[in-house]
Amino acid sequence: MSLLRIRNLSVEFSTSTGMFRAVDSVDQDVANGEILAIVGESGSGKSVSMLALMGLLPWTAKVTADELSFDGHDLLNMSGRERRRIIGKDLAMIFQEPMSSLNPCFTVGWQIKEALRKHLGMDRAARHKRAIELFEQVGIPAPEKRLSSFPHQLSGGMNQRVMIAMAIACKPKLLIADEPTTALDVTIQAQILDLLTSLREDSGMGLVLITHDMGVVAETAHRVSVQYAGQKIEERPVRDLFRAPHHPYSDALLRALPERATEKRLPTIPGVVPGQFDRPAGCLFSPRCQFANDHCRTVSPAPFGADLGYARCHYPLNTDRRIAS
Amino acid sequence: MLKYFASRLLTFIPTFIGVTLISFAFIRLLPGDPIIVMAGERGMSPERHAELTAQYGFDQPMYVQFWNYLTGVVQGDLGNSFVTKRPVWDEFFALFPATLELSLCAMIFAVALGLPAGVIAAVNRGKFFDRALMSTALIGYSMPIFWWALLLIIVFSGILQWTPVSGRIDLVYYFPNASGFMIYDAIMSGQSGALWSAIRHLILPTIVLGTIPLAVIARQTRSAMLEVLGEDYIRTARAKGMSPSRINAVHALRNALIPVITVIGLSVGTLLAGAILTETIFSWPGIGKWMVDSIFRRDYPVVQGGLLLIAVMVMIVNLTVDVLYGIINPKIRKR
Repeated sequence: MSLLRIRNLSVEFSTSTGMFRAVDSVDQDVANGEILAIVGESGSGKSVSMLALMGLLPWTAKVTADELSFDGHDLLNMSGRERRRIIGKDLAMIFQEPMSSLNPCFTVGWQIKEALRKHLGMDRAARHKRAIELFEQVGIPAPEKRLSSFPHQLSGGMNQRVMIAMAIACKPKLLIADEPTTALDVTIQAQILDLLTSLREDSGMGLVLITHDMGVVAETAHRVSVQYAGQKIEERPVRDLFRAPHHPYSDALLRALPERATEKRLPTIPGVVPGQFDRPAGCLFSPRCQFANDHCRTVSPAPFGADLGYARCHYPLNTDRRIAS
Repeated sequence: MLKYFASRLLTFIPTFIGVTLISFAFIRLLPGDPIIVMAGERGMSPERHAELTAQYGFDQPMYVQFWNYLTGVVQGDLGNSFVTKRPVWDEFFALFPATLELSLCAMIFAVALGLPAGVIAAVNRGKFFDRALMSTALIGYSMPIFWWALLLIIVFSGILQWTPVSGRIDLVYYFPNASGFMIYDAIMSGQSGALWSAIRHLILPTIVLGTIPLAVIARQTRSAMLEVLGEDYIRTARAKGMSPSRINAVHALRNALIPVITVIGLSVGTLLAGAILTETIFSWPGIGKWMVDSIFRRDYPVVQGGLLLIAVMVMIVNLTVDVLYGIINPKIRKR
């Protein structure tokens, strides 16, 4: 049984001009100890689906799903109070901007200990001991001293380490990392990713890595789910996807990697992700797809089975199977 | 922290000299000769006028007068009132407790109601409570103080007869005005009913004086809370599984307080100014009424000394606000 199971998750935002569908019928599974990468451009709904899982979306969002279960709990039909007993304890999340994700008015030690008190009911001395332990675990030098620092006195990388320490404080079963390295220097990026993967090895927690960096995916993830305009368009083990992508969008993303470029000019994907008003009738990727025909532009494709990586495409690439059109 | 406090304290000096100059110049810019005002209806002979002018030093050049005044001030001598002949310093501190008592009550009233109102409005943004509260605050802010005071007097003192119309305490009670704070003195006198009488006299002036600060604080708290509630660190707190009430009261309010404290500090200045009107309406024997009377009498030492002392009070309040800033917002402390 998987640790996290999402079936047919949709998220709609009510805007002044009507409903906007940010996540569109997404299925997702994460097993214990697994690293799942969710990739996609900005606006592909990759963060929103995970925020919906955490219950962190603003009230303008409408979340619907057939199933939303984590570790045997049904998150969909759960009161806020019950959910808050799981969120931050068994299910934790870290965010993109470490500098603004920590409260500027409280010391980082206070912010870590708060979670320890709420979920584990530790006394003062035990909280202090555990906080130092956590800082050592995430590689913060002089932890005793750092506990009384305020976020603005630490660097971005250090703050992200604090965020990670806070997230793993109660030994979660699943950690969601929402673009954890995007706001950091390249050298720090590698350190933070190493830290996340080594923490996973030690604790056996599952890890969901939201990113738009295919390089990060190749190095760290086991499985990868590609999202486009709110839909999951392909999901494969990492090696398989990098060798032979089935969806033209995955293919185009991989071609756009500088490491893979064969020509002098880097290939790009023309156009942008459709927004609220320019959603195409058929396949959402059809306006930017070099293989699209009239069938693609009028009929929305249903996802294939696991053998074709759940590809949402009428004409998947790199397959011997004859597709009846 | 100490260094921060000392640097704040240093800015006192130029401000103090500036205020001294302005208060000195202000009363002299008003038309009217204090000697003639002193003489009253009868008038006086030109010889007597010249004699008195020389006696008070008004015949000397302005910069000499200012220098004499400044050296006096530095030595703690603000001069004597033309009218009562008593030192300005003594008169001020005999009356100031009444104003301070009223201002403190008004401030407590405004903060105690304004902060929670702003927080509740922000948390229920766009709902009925928010709209009702914010429209009420706007009305409170726009209302002329004297009209509001008269309205309250008509309803609560006139029609309902719940509160007294003016003064600080009923005339049946008599006890020495030891501290100048009526509530404290009433408790110390041990006379039954005295405290209740003092409180009843405070209610209406407190509401009138506190209305504008209340409205300002409520609106400022609401907008500061709304801004803070959209910050990333609030999302982090929610991701930790913290309850909404804890997030609002601890994580958000602490950050939202920074602009609110500024507004509270600024309100204290307006409160002392607003006290003049409120004190006049309710015959409250504080410095506001004393200052107004002195301006009409062209009582130079009282006006310039009173202004100076009020300005110093405001400066002390601002200093307190700056220190509070440092306590609430660690970023400022380290600068």
